[in-house]
Amino acid sequence: MSTSIHSIAGGAGITPAIRKRPRSALVRTLSTWPVMAALAMLAVIVLAAMSANLLGLADPMSINPMERLKGISAEHWFGTDAYGRDVLSRVIHGARISLMIGAGTAIAALIPGLVLGVIAGYFRAADMVIMRIMDGIMSVPSILLAIALVAVTGASLLTVLIAIAVPEFPRVVRLVRGLILSLRDEPYVEAAISLGTPTRVLMMRHLVPNTVAPLIVQGTFIFASAMLSEAIMSFLGVGMPPEFPSWGNVIAEGRMYFQVRPELILLPGLFLALTVLSVNMLGDAMRDALDPKMARRV
Amino acid sequence: MLRYILKRILATVPVVLTVAVLVFCLLRLTPGDPALILAGDAATETQLAQIREHMGLDRSLATQFMLWGGQVLQGDLGTSLHSGTPVTAMIGSRVGPSLALALSTILLSTLIAVPLGVFSAWRRGTRADRAVMAFSVLGFSVPIFVTGYALILLFAMKLGWLPVQGYKSPSAGLVAFGTHLLLPTIALSTGFVALIARIARSSVLEVMGEDFIRTARAKGITERAVMMAHALRNAAVPIITVIGVSIALLISGVVVTESVFNLPGLGRLVVESVLARDYPLIQGLILLFSLVYIGVNLTIDVLYSVFDPRIRY
Amino acid sequence: MNDSTMNDSTMPVLQVQELSVALVGAPGDAPRHVVEGISFDIRAGETLCVVGESGSGKSVTSFSVMGLLAPDALRPSAGRILLDGEDVLACTPERLRELRATRMSMVFQEPMTALNPVRTVGWQIDEVLRAHSGMDAAARKRKILDMLESVRLPDVERIYQSYPHQLSGGQRQRIVICMALILNPKLLIADEPTTALDVTTQKQILALIQELQRSHNTAVLFITHDFGVVAEIADRIAVMNRGKLVEVGTRDEILARPKEAYTRMLVSSVPGLAPAARQAAEGDPVLVVKGLQKTYAERGLFKAKRTVHAVRDVSFTLRKKEIVGIVGESGSGKSTLARCIARLIDPSSGSVRLDGTEIATATKREFHPVRKRIQVVFQDPYRSLNARIRVGDSIVEGMRNFGVPEDEARARAVELLDIVGLEADTMDRYPHQFSGGQRQRICIARALALRPDILIADEAVSALDVSVQAQVLELIEDIRARTDTAVLFITHDLRVAAQICNSIVVMKSGQIVEAGDAAAVLTRPQDGYTRQLLDAAPGRHWDFKRFRRMEAAAS
Repeated sequence: MSTSIHSIAGGAGITPAIRKRPRSALVRTLSTWPVMAALAMLAVIVLAAMSANLLGLADPMSINPMERLKGISAEHWFGTDAYGRDVLSRVIHGARISLMIGAGTAIAALIPGLVLGVIAGYFRAADMVIMRIMDGIMSVPSILLAIALVAVTGASLLTVLIAIAVPEFPRVVRLVRGLILSLRDEPYVEAAISLGTPTRVLMMRHLVPNTVAPLIVQGTFIFASAMLSEAIMSFLGVGMPPEFPSWGNVIAEGRMYFQVRPELILLPGLFLALTVLSVNMLGDAMRDALDPKMARRV
Repeated sequence: MLRYILKRILATVPVVLTVAVLVFCLLRLTPGDPALILAGDAATETQLAQIREHMGLDRSLATQFMLWGGQVLQGDLGTSLHSGTPVTAMIGSRVGPSLALALSTILLSTLIAVPLGVFSAWRRGTRADRAVMAFSVLGFSVPIFVTGYALILLFAMKLGWLPVQGYKSPSAGLVAFGTHLLLPTIALSTGFVALIARIARSSVLEVMGEDFIRTARAKGITERAVMMAHALRNAAVPIITVIGVSIALLISGVVVTESVFNLPGLGRLVVESVLARDYPLIQGLILLFSLVYIGVNLTIDVLYSVFDPRIRY
Repeated sequence: MNDSTMNDSTMPVLQVQELSVALVGAPGDAPRHVVEGISFDIRAGETLCVVGESGSGKSVTSFSVMGLLAPDALRPSAGRILLDGEDVLACTPERLRELRATRMSMVFQEPMTALNPVRTVGWQIDEVLRAHSGMDAAARKRKILDMLESVRLPDVERIYQSYPHQLSGGQRQRIVICMALILNPKLLIADEPTTALDVTTQKQILALIQELQRSHNTAVLFITHDFGVVAEIADRIAVMNRGKLVEVGTRDEILARPKEAYTRMLVSSVPGLAPAARQAAEGDPVLVVKGLQKTYAERGLFKAKRTVHAVRDVSFTLRKKEIVGIVGESGSGKSTLARCIARLIDPSSGSVRLDGTEIATATKREFHPVRKRIQVVFQDPYRSLNARIRVGDSIVEGMRNFGVPEDEARARAVELLDIVGLEADTMDRYPHQFSGGQRQRICIARALALRPDILIADEAVSALDVSVQAQVLELIEDIRARTDTAVLFITHDLRVAAQICNSIVVMKSGQIVEAGDAAAVLTRPQDGYTRQLLDAAPGRHWDFKRFRRMEAAAS
């Protein structure tokens, strides 16, 4: 009796009897031009950020009162800020910070999230406790929680990273828990139990591998969201310490002069937007690729 | 039905407790002696001791929590360090702009996003659909302050149609109220329209793949009837879920928008209180926002049962 | 059974002529056909059963008639479908909508998901009337209530206002039938409408369809994979295989005198109720179950405490080399029983002795060494194997858990694959490269790896095509003959149990209602419920293997 017959009518299309290997679907989805453009943009930004010191840019920190608030010119492609610092250079150095925060937050949220999610999904007793706590954390609006954490621990790269990661990780726990709960009931897990497979091996071999793909997708979205959060917090003055040229700080510094030199806000803002956009598009593409059923609907 | 509502209310109790503990602990984690921070560096030992006793800082953490909890339940959120006025009073005086902004954003976003998402699902795969999807990714990638400033640049500075910043309460005239609120609302709404439209679309698409849609078609009713009478009703639950969840994002967004547009609301108050290290105020605000969020989600849970008869036990 | 003497019109209600349906692929690709060159007719009052295994294209054919193929996946590429002379494939969408429910309508396989969960069923039936008739509200309601009564639903006023989730599967299917037949279409298409229902409910629904058909002279296109159902209701039969029509004929022609080799193979694989000649088992008891109970207590905060007795005081014995069939409908507790014995769930009380060792109360640690003596083969071959792990690793997993060195385990795995009829290179492949039947063999090999004393087959053949089913049953029988393994065979289908079981235990609502020698239970049932089950088994009057009707049964 075929289960694929059901999908023939009604809009979902045929699900092939033989599941397509994920790699070819991934490559195919990544080959559409918007996604390639996003990848390219991201590659450029990452490369620029990594090699910031080698690009022959002006020193992002050097103050030069004679040059303050100059507009876009051949010498200063993005102009200069209120202290005469070259904005382009600050933006590219800021990229480093943003990307580090993005990647760092993703890792900081994914790893504890995975561990707690697996425990919550598999052990009913732990589930109650863990999920209540997660619900509690999720009830506090994320920016507020992050701001409060930074206020309490003082601002530095690490504390900002952790502060942004804390509100993100309950969602990861919830995702993993949901996956584990549904996987636990699968016959192949029952089969492994009846074969005498010890719990730890069961989790690592049969449960966790199926969480990797959704986690990676979630990770990219966390990456993007973390960059935005850092920018917002720094913009408000409660994020990165002012000596870091993070994008949020650069924009915050440009606030006062908005009416005179709007590009001080808009250009770094554009950079931020493009980076976040690229990461989000990448995340979308990966999600579509790794879950072919969803791809037809989303 | 009543039973369901009661159950849902009871389910929020542990969450509220967890939030309370979280908020309480957060501020107690501050490095340094709270009494010193309160009194300032020039305080004498006696003054510090007085403060400690007054604030109950010499008691155990658990007792402090009980005391604080008791106060909160009576409606006393403490006193602002900076201004000396009760926190509740400060919240009361600043709540207007935030509420106005939040409500207008939710209204505008939902009214635009849901039809947009449904339309997109209806015309899946066409250029219109792809355009909506592209806009949606853009919408939640561009940070609010960029959108905000871009809007200000265009509509306020270049075109001069709308004020650059500031807030006018409705008592100062509805037109002024409206024009001052318009740009902030639009700026804040872009992200939400993007999010909600996308979820609306995927929710409708998911429902359209269900078996009962096939049955409906087999009855020979029009595609429009299939969409309106069958798909939408069933897609409602995930859509209102995401609206509920996005309230948390709304709150974050309000904080930024108030900063960009200089609205004297609760969002700006949060930032000010953090910069001033005004702990009772920070505590009170976070608690308030969290309770609001929990309350909203409770309402959403109850709303589910209106839409889905299976959720009425 | 079905009198076709009511035919009066010269033109068949449905004429399918050289229908081909292809997959929608990239332009330039050669079209891949799911259905090729199908032709058949159905006259008024006649029931044509289209039978085939999975992938035969039978469902696609039925969806094509209604115009319900997903346009982004399938499209009719050739042929005509004439409904009362009108070509459905050439219709405009509006005309097609007009035809649906008024001239032709459809009943689907899954009653649990066929109805809109957020609307009352009365409203949903009303929709048909609103769309196609000009009746006013009061008239519509009357008609609907009449229809609800004609499908034998009790308390029609209450049902009218009920939501689908408040009704059982059988009731929901009756609602779907109401929606389909309320406007008296000339053609009813039924796509496996009873496959998801219990056998007793199935009997009622089949009887209902026949009754309604007779009273309105409706032509019925009935899709099914179950030859038993076909034997009960078909006037004529069309056999499909891989998208092609193999043979068409009257019921007796196909079942008793099939011409094509494929048809012969298919019909002879169908399990009938005749018990295979089999001695009662004589070995020593290997499993003794006494007074086994499993109770679930539901305690809600405001709900009254509800206890569900999934398994109630069950006792039986399993001997070496014996195959005991545990038969019951859904909710009978048979699966719960199996899981308790395999300790996948813990029994609430009672005793289970494996060769003298008490295992019902053993702790997880105590039970661990015993695990290898009881192995399970599950129902769904598509989900019983971890798709990311190679077949060889899956088979070896159990042995490795109990300390068998890697190469020894792999050597044995190859042996086992041979026993189940698969090549050695299977070891390095992934599950998705195999068919359902092959995957089930792999699962059997995996279960045998630990040389269990007891093999529990939990609906192990229920999800397989009938020809594959026959092969797997043969395999199980073969294994039993070669080793000392006892088999606990869980199934809802008495006909399948009749094929290989030495003794049969019938369960209902958690309790055993009858137990005994297979031949005795099948031919001389003592309990009323058993008689009900036997009576409801479709095709019980046919001996498919021998292409003839059964001699009059002694029951």
